[in-house]
Amino acid sequence: MSTAGPIPRDRLPPAPGVGFKARHFAAIMDDPGPVEWLEIHAENYMGDGGRPLSQLSTLADRFPISVHGVGLSIGGEGPLDPGHLDRLSRLMGWLAPASFSEHLAWSTHEGAYFGDLLPLPYTQATLDRVAAHIDVVQDRLGRRMLLENPSSYLAFAESDRSETEFLTDLVARTGCGLLLDINNVFISATNLGLDPRAYIDAVPTGAVGEIHLAGHDEDHDDSGRPLLIDSHNRPVADPVWALYDHALARFGPVPTLIEWDTDVPDWPVLAAEAARAARALGQQAAA
Amino acid sequence: MTRTAPETPPFLGPLLDPASPEPNGLRAPDGGPAGRRYDVYRNNVTIGLMQALKSGFPVLAQVLDDRFADLARAFVRTHPPDSPILQRYGAALPGFLETWAPARGAPWLADLARLELALRESYHAADAPPLPPEVLANVPPDRLMTAHLQLAPSLRLVRSRWPVLSLWTDIRDGRAPTARAPGEAVLILRPDYDPAPHRLAPGGATLLLALSAGQPLGPAHAAAVAAAPQFDLSALLTQLLTGKGLTGLTFD
Repeated sequence: MSTAGPIPRDRLPPAPGVGFKARHFAAIMDDPGPVEWLEIHAENYMGDGGRPLSQLSTLADRFPISVHGVGLSIGGEGPLDPGHLDRLSRLMGWLAPASFSEHLAWSTHEGAYFGDLLPLPYTQATLDRVAAHIDVVQDRLGRRMLLENPSSYLAFAESDRSETEFLTDLVARTGCGLLLDINNVFISATNLGLDPRAYIDAVPTGAVGEIHLAGHDEDHDDSGRPLLIDSHNRPVADPVWALYDHALARFGPVPTLIEWDTDVPDWPVLAAEAARAARALGQQAAA
Repeated sequence: MTRTAPETPPFLGPLLDPASPEPNGLRAPDGGPAGRRYDVYRNNVTIGLMQALKSGFPVLAQVLDDRFADLARAFVRTHPPDSPILQRYGAALPGFLETWAPARGAPWLADLARLELALRESYHAADAPPLPPEVLANVPPDRLMTAHLQLAPSLRLVRSRWPVLSLWTDIRDGRAPTARAPGEAVLILRPDYDPAPHRLAPGGATLLLALSAGQPLGPAHAAAVAAAPQFDLSALLTQLLTGKGLTGLTFD
């Protein structure tokens, strides 16, 4: 997969990336293997200096970087935190990354941060609010952002439209792209009794700028029905790989990230997951 | 006109309160109540923030062992972060520890937490080019005491009535901690990217506080000697230069 010349760093290549962990820094710099780009959580690089920013700066000289926010609370009820937008804008300014993405979720309320991506009902009111928040972010950063579909464990009685209808409307209204998390699609579909392939088939082609793949845990709800948990602590499950093939057939080769955030493995294990994504992407490109 | 407080979203209320029932309006796929499904969010929030505290206070977690989870659970439910930047989370934990009943027998735990906070602040502090030692060495002796020394952004000072660095070191290295020795002042220097704590000789903390308050070296030295007659200025300056704790030198 490696290219002969310098890799353009202003866009993500349709190749595997991984979520960067500091413990993998030396291994990545030594031999990234199939990994052609890296993703970081914006909030982990909002300190003033030290090793995190130094490592990031070194990585950004060599790899396209995707900045993935977890703290903007785009789905939140209140206005976006101006201080946090400032910090994000500063990071995006010096790093000049290839991509920025955030979540269709909320994580803060009245200044308190909950450290999790919390769900929102899908209604006209929430659509208007999220669209307005995306406009603010895109105006402030001066670029198109990608919005990630959540993993859902429950549904809201007041929701009056599907998640894919909601996302399609957001794309049309704001011009944002989508970060399609295939593991989240599989989790939500399993947990809510939906067809994951039908979900993928309802996502607008051309809007998907990145794909996420990750592992999940299996649990059960009060009635004994399967309840999948988005844990990012193990290899990608086989049905998620199959769904990934289905998505690639629809969207073509898309930059694909392996996320592994808890019980982070040694580099070769993560690189092997990326190699599996590279094979799927290669088959798609050859088809 | 009375201003009503912003409404708390129904989803949020019970998130940090395990005794509260799940909010209304949440459904399982068969239309039934969400039940355990809501608990997934509740667990994610609490366990995620507890994990953030554990990585922020590794030595405190080590010494408290199983009781750290009790402390962290109680803290996150009453003190959720006020920022999405979790590297800053836990600034209120030392104060919380002082009121946490199970820690009453070990009052030094709060200062141990303060030391770990200071180490974390130092780790994320701004980079700044260090003062080359020859710059200080070349200052004529008669001008030295009028110099203002700038301390590195990553420099931190922690003063305790407990031997906090000895405790921290013992716990980290797996020895039984004893709180019997006299109190300690700790200087944190970050020569590259790894903050290192050093025990300060008597008078050292007084000098550093005077310097950081903007005093020239002369008055700062006088204050240190008044606090500790045996204070050794050149030893501390050497330590600061070696640990890249000085970033500038100016004169009035």
